[in-house]
Amino acid sequence: MKRLPVLALLVWVCAVFYVGIFLFVGGFLLVRLEVNRTSTCADVLFPGGAEPKGDFCPTEPRFRRVVVLIIDALKSDFARYDPANEAPRPYENKLPVLNEMVSTQPSRARLYTFRADPPTTTMQRIKGFTTGSLPTFIDVGNNFASSAILEDNLVHQLGQMGKRVVFMGDDTWMSLFPKKFHRSLPFPSFNVKDLHTVDNGILQNIYPTMEGGDWDVLIAHFLGVDHCGHRFGPDHPAMAEKLTQMDEVIRAVIGRLGNDTLLVVMGDHGMTDTGDHGGESQKETDAALFLYSPSPLFPNPGSQVEPEVVPQTDLVPTLALLLGIPIPYSSVGQVLLPLFSTAESPTGLSQGEALWINVRQVNRFLETYSSMAKDIPPESLTQLRAEFSRISSEYLKSVQEGKPVSSELQVSMQEYLTSVRETCRASWARFNPLKMAVGLSVLAGACILCYVLSELSSVVVSRGVLKVPVVCGVVVGGVVAVGQLASQGYVEAAWCLGGAALSSEVSFLWRSRRNHPRGRLALARLLAPALLVLLLRCASLLSDSYVVSEGRVVTFLLCTLSLYVPLRLNWDGLLLPPPPSDSQKPPGLVPALTLPPSVVRRESATMLVCVGVLVGSLYLSLSFHNCREEQGACQPSPFLSPLSRVQDSRLRNLHYVLSLASLAAWAYLLHRWLRHYGNLNSPGVTVFAARFLLPLASICTGLHWAVSATPEDSFRNLADLIGLAQVVLPRAAFALLGLGLSLVWLDPLTVFLKERAPLQSRGPSVPPPKYRASTGISPQAELHHLIPQLYQRIRRSLEDGVPGGPEDGGPAVEAYGLGTVYSAPLVLLCGLFGLGLLLLHPEGMALAFLLLLLESGALLHLHACSTTLSSLQRAPSNGFSVPWAPVVLWSLAACQFFHTTGHLPTFPSIQWNAAFVGFPQGHTGTLLPATLVTLNTFSSHILFAVSCPLLLFWPLVCEIRGWKGSRGGEEGEDAVMEMRLRENPQQFSSALLQLMMRYLFVSGVQVFASVCAAAILRRHLMVWKVFAPKLMFEASGFVVSSVSVLVGVSLVMRVDAAVGSLFKKLVPEASR
Amino acid sequence: MWDAEIRGMASAHAIIASSVFMATVMPAVLVEKFSVYGTHLVWLYSVAGSVAVVNIAVYWLLGIGPPTKKNTLSYKVSRLIRSCLYFLFSCLFFHTVVVLYGAPLLESAVETFSLAVLLSTLTTLRCLCILGPNVQAWIRVFSRDGAMSVWDTSLQITTGCSVVGAWLGAFPIPLDWDRPWQVWPISCTLGATIGFLTGLVAAPVWIHWHRKQLTYKIK
Ligand SMILES: [Zn+2]
Ligand SMILES: [Zn+2]
Repeated sequence: MKRLPVLALLVWVCAVFYVGIFLFVGGFLLVRLEVNRTSTCADVLFPGGAEPKGDFCPTEPRFRRVVVLIIDALKSDFARYDPANEAPRPYENKLPVLNEMVSTQPSRARLYTFRADPPTTTMQRIKGFTTGSLPTFIDVGNNFASSAILEDNLVHQLGQMGKRVVFMGDDTWMSLFPKKFHRSLPFPSFNVKDLHTVDNGILQNIYPTMEGGDWDVLIAHFLGVDHCGHRFGPDHPAMAEKLTQMDEVIRAVIGRLGNDTLLVVMGDHGMTDTGDHGGESQKETDAALFLYSPSPLFPNPGSQVEPEVVPQTDLVPTLALLLGIPIPYSSVGQVLLPLFSTAESPTGLSQGEALWINVRQVNRFLETYSSMAKDIPPESLTQLRAEFSRISSEYLKSVQEGKPVSSELQVSMQEYLTSVRETCRASWARFNPLKMAVGLSVLAGACILCYVLSELSSVVVSRGVLKVPVVCGVVVGGVVAVGQLASQGYVEAAWCLGGAALSSEVSFLWRSRRNHPRGRLALARLLAPALLVLLLRCASLLSDSYVVSEGRVVTFLLCTLSLYVPLRLNWDGLLLPPPPSDSQKPPGLVPALTLPPSVVRRESATMLVCVGVLVGSLYLSLSFHNCREEQGACQPSPFLSPLSRVQDSRLRNLHYVLSLASLAAWAYLLHRWLRHYGNLNSPGVTVFAARFLLPLASICTGLHWAVSATPEDSFRNLADLIGLAQVVLPRAAFALLGLGLSLVWLDPLTVFLKERAPLQSRGPSVPPPKYRASTGISPQAELHHLIPQLYQRIRRSLEDGVPGGPEDGGPAVEAYGLGTVYSAPLVLLCGLFGLGLLLLHPEGMALAFLLLLLESGALLHLHACSTTLSSLQRAPSNGFSVPWAPVVLWSLAACQFFHTTGHLPTFPSIQWNAAFVGFPQGHTGTLLPATLVTLNTFSSHILFAVSCPLLLFWPLVCEIRGWKGSRGGEEGEDAVMEMRLRENPQQFSSALLQLMMRYLFVSGVQVFASVCAAAILRRHLMVWKVFAPKLMFEASGFVVSSVSVLVGVSLVMRVDAAVGSLFKKLVPEASR
Repeated sequence: MWDAEIRGMASAHAIIASSVFMATVMPAVLVEKFSVYGTHLVWLYSVAGSVAVVNIAVYWLLGIGPPTKKNTLSYKVSRLIRSCLYFLFSCLFFHTVVVLYGAPLLESAVETFSLAVLLSTLTTLRCLCILGPNVQAWIRVFSRDGAMSVWDTSLQITTGCSVVGAWLGAFPIPLDWDRPWQVWPISCTLGATIGFLTGLVAAPVWIHWHRKQLTYKIK
C-alpha cells in the first residue's frame, strides 16, 4: 500500500480547507477599531468652549469616594421584592434590603434594570462597563485568554486622577487591568464549582478596608451567585443561601458608608433558567443596578421621568462625572440624569451641564473614529453632525442668555446620544468583502478538489500528482509576499496563504482536466440521491429556522437516507432472491456468480433489522437534545443535567443505574466484538489494553460518577475523601485510557500466531492444546477467524519459482484474528477514546453514547449487507470503493450526535464543566481546559471521523457470512476478510483515499454552505445569533474532524506497516 | 394496443382526480364553516373516502385486478378480510414511520393516524385493488423490472409521488412563517394529495413517452 502519497494528499487538501476557512473568518469577524487615545482633565472638548480650564474635572466633584459591589449574574429578578409573594422560589425575595432602602429613603436610593450588551460573558461585561464601548463578536472567544484592556477606561482614569482604587474578588480584573490598582486582592475565578472562595475572601477584607480609609474607589466582585447558577441553577436552595449572604453584605456596607460616598450594587449580566449566560435573551441581559448615597441624591420620585432600563454603558459617564474624572475617550454611554441636580437644588453639575459635556465627549469620539475608520455610513454621519451643531448653538445661546437649559434641549441631547450609540452598534459589525470572497473561492475549490480526487483516486495514487501544485502554491505565495513587501513594506500572511492555496488548486484541477478530458469526471454523478440529501442539508444551513432546529433536520435526513438504501436495493431487484425459473434469460446474461437464495434472504433480513435499529436509535436520540433560546416551548433533556443537580434521590439513583448500565454495555459490546473475531488471543500489548485497561477505566468512570453525584452535605465527615476521589478517579481513568491509546499505537497487531507441528508428526493421539479454553479462543472464533491458508498463499507468492518450498502442503502457521487486523485496533481505539470523551460529559450522556455505538454498528452492518447484496451488480474494477450513501450517512450521523450529546451551535451551550473533570480545583494554564472543552464539544465529530475507515473494512469483515459458500468452490479458499486488502495494495490505497476524500467532501461542503450562509445573510437579523455561531462551530468541527481523519488514516497505515513486517518475519522463519 | 390502454388509464385517472376535487368542494355545501385548514380532518377523511370508493369502483368496473384462481364465495370473503387487515396494518405501519420521522408521539396522535390513513388510501389501497392482498407481489412491483402491465407502472408512479409529496410536505413545518398550513399534519396531507394528483397526471404521460422502451413480461 502506498502510505506516503495518500497521507500527503490528505494533508494538502486539509491545508487548503484551513486556508479558506482562515481567510473567510478573517474577513467576516472583524474587530472594532480601538481608538487608542485617552481623555485628560485639560481637554478642551469644544474649540472656543466656555470653560477656560478644560471641560472635565470640576473643582468640586459630587462624590469623593465610591464603593462598587459587583455581584456576578445578579439578575434583575433577584433584586425585586414582592411582599405579596407567600411562597417565594429560592431566588425570589432574598434581597429585601434593596426594596427597603428604595421605599423608605426615596431620595437616597434607586433600583434599576441594568441591561447588558450581548455577549453576556463576564469579561465582555467588565470591558463594557469600564470603557463604555460596545462589544464585538470576536471577543467572545477570548474568554480563556483575557488580555489587558488597552482602550481608555474608568480604572485608568481613576488612576490618572490619583484616586486610590482598591480591588478585591474575581481575578479576571487583574488580567484586564494589570498594575492599575492601588491595592488588589484577587481570588481564582475559573472554578465554577467553588461557591465560596471568592466571596469569603472579599468578606474577610472588605470591612477592614472600608474602615481603614486608605482608598477612594473600592471595587468588590462577588462570584458566588454566578457559580451557584452554573452549578445548581437559580431554582436551588443554595441560591437562596447565597443571595441572603449578599443581602447581609449590602446592609453591612451601607452601615459603613460615609456621607461623601456613593454605593453602586450591580450585576454584570443575568442568567437563564438553567443558570447559564452568554447569549442575548432578556433573562441573560437584564441585571440589577442599585444606587445609594447616605446624603440625598435623587429628586423626589415623580418629579421627573425615570428611565425604565439603564444600558450598561451608561454607568461610565455617570460615575466619571460624579467623581470628577474625565469620561473615557471611547465611551458612547449617556449620563444617568436623575443623579444630577435639577435647577431647583443646585449641587454639583446640573443635568444640562452633564449632558452637554457628555454630548461633546461623544461627538469628539465620533469625529476621531470616523477619521480613522470608514465603517460608519456617511449619510448618518452627516445627520449626526448637523444634529450636534444644532444642539451646540442652542446650548450656547441659552448659556449666553443666562437661562437654564430647556427640557426640549435636554431631550434632543439625549436623543443625539442614543442615535450615536445605535449608529455605532449597527456599523461595528464590519466585513472585509475581498477577503471573504477569496476565502469562499478557496473553499469552493477545495470542495471540487475533494470530489475530483475521490473520482480519480485510482489514477492519483499510482503516480505522484502533488509535486506541481505544491511548487506552484509555494511560488505564488512567495511572489505575493515579495509583492506586498515591495508595495506596502509589510507582509500580510492571509493574502500569501490565499494566493498559494488558490494557485495550487487551480494548477491541480487544470492538470487533471487536461489528463482526463471527459468520462471519469461526469458531473451527472453528483446527482446521486445520497448527494441530493447532502444538498438538502446544505440548503437547510441557509435558513435560520432550519439552523435553529438543526438536530431534527439532520435526523429527518438521516432517516430518509437510511430508508432509501433498502428501497433502492429492492428497486434494483437485489433485495429478494431472484426467481428460480430464469429460463427465459439467455444463459450468457446470467452472471457467473449468484448468491444462493438462502444467503440473500439472510442478508436482507439482517439489513432490515439494521434499518430498524438505525431508525429506532435515531428516534430515541431526539430525546437527548438541548434547547436553543429561540425554541420557545422546548424542554432540555433531563439527562443533560449533572446528577448532582437532581434533587430527588430516587430519580438520581435511577439515572445513575441507567448510566452505569450503558457504560457497562459499551465496554461489553466492544469486548464481545473483539472476542468474536478472535482478536483477544495474542499476547500483545493491545490485547492487554482491551482486556484490562478498558474495563478498569470503565470502573473508574462509574466510581467517579458515584462520587460526583453524592450531595455535598450528606457526608460531611468524608468531604476530604470525596474531594480526593474527585481528583484521583477521573485522572486515573484518563491515564488508563491514555496508556491504552498509546499501546494501541505502539503495537496495533492483534494477531495470534500458532505454530503447527508438521503433518507427519501430528497424530490422532496429540491432545488438544490446553490454552484453548483458558485463553478464550472459542470454537466459533477458531472456526471463523483462523487463516492458515492465507499465510500459505502469501508464502507461495513470495517464493514464486522456488520449487518445493512448502513440502508438507499443509499450513504451518495458524493466525488468529488476521481477518480483522485493520479494523480491530481502530475499533479499540474508538472504544477507548469514546470512553474518555464520555467522561467529559454529564453522566446521563452515557445513554447517548451507547446509542451512538448501536447506531454506528447498525450503519456499518447496513452498509456491509448492501455491499454484499449488490456485489453482483458492481463492476469488479470498483474494488473496495465505498459508495456515497454510507459516507453521507456517516457524516450526517456525526452532526446528529453533536446534538444528541447535548451540544448546540451556540456559545452559551458550550459545556464548560468539562474543563473540571479531574481538575475540580481549576487550572493554572488555559491550554488544558481549552483542550478538554474542545474534546467535549466535538466528541461526536472526533469519533465518527476517526472510525471512518471502518466503512471500508466492514463489508470485508462481514463477508464471511455470505461468501463462504459461493466463492468456496472457485478459488478453494476460506474467507480471508481484510487480507483481501493486503493482497491488492493498489486498490486498498485508492479505496482508502477515495473514502477519505468523500468524507472530507461531505464535511467540507457543509462548511462551505454555512460560510455561504454567513456571507449572503451578513445583514440578516439573525446573523450574530444564528449564522455566525453556526459558522464558527461548523468550521471548528471541520478542523477537528479533519485532524481526526488524519489520525484514523495514520493508524490504518501503522497497522499496514506492522502487518508487512509480521509477514517478513514469518517468511524466513518458515522457509528455513 | 398501447393507445387504447393509455387512453383507458388516462380516463380512469381523470375520474380519480376529479373525485379528489369533488371531495374538496362538496363538503362545503354539507358541512358548516368547512375549510381545508379549519376543518382539516373532515377534508382529509372526505378525500380519503372518495378516493377509496372511486378507486375500488373504477378498478372493479375496468376488471383490473389480480387473477383469481378460485371463484367461491368463501375465498372471496377471505380475500376481503385479508385486504381489510392489510389496510389496517399499512395504516399502523405508516403511523409508525411518521412517528419515527419525528412526529409527536402522544399529542395529536389522531392527526398523525389520519395522515397514515390518507397515505394508506393513496398507496396501499391501490396496491390492493391492482395486485390483491399479496405482499410478495407488492414488493416485486417496486423494482426496476417488476412491473407487468401499464397499471403496475402507474402504481409505481402514483405511490412514489404520494410518498415523496408527504415527505416534501414536512419541509415547511419548522419555518417561522406562522401560516395556517404549517400546522401538523396539514402540510404533509396536502403534500401527499398533491403528489398523488401529480402522479395521476404523470403516469399516463410518462408511459406514453416511454412506450417504446417499455416491455412487459407476458403474464
Ligand atoms: Zn459574570
Ligand atoms: Zn458565569
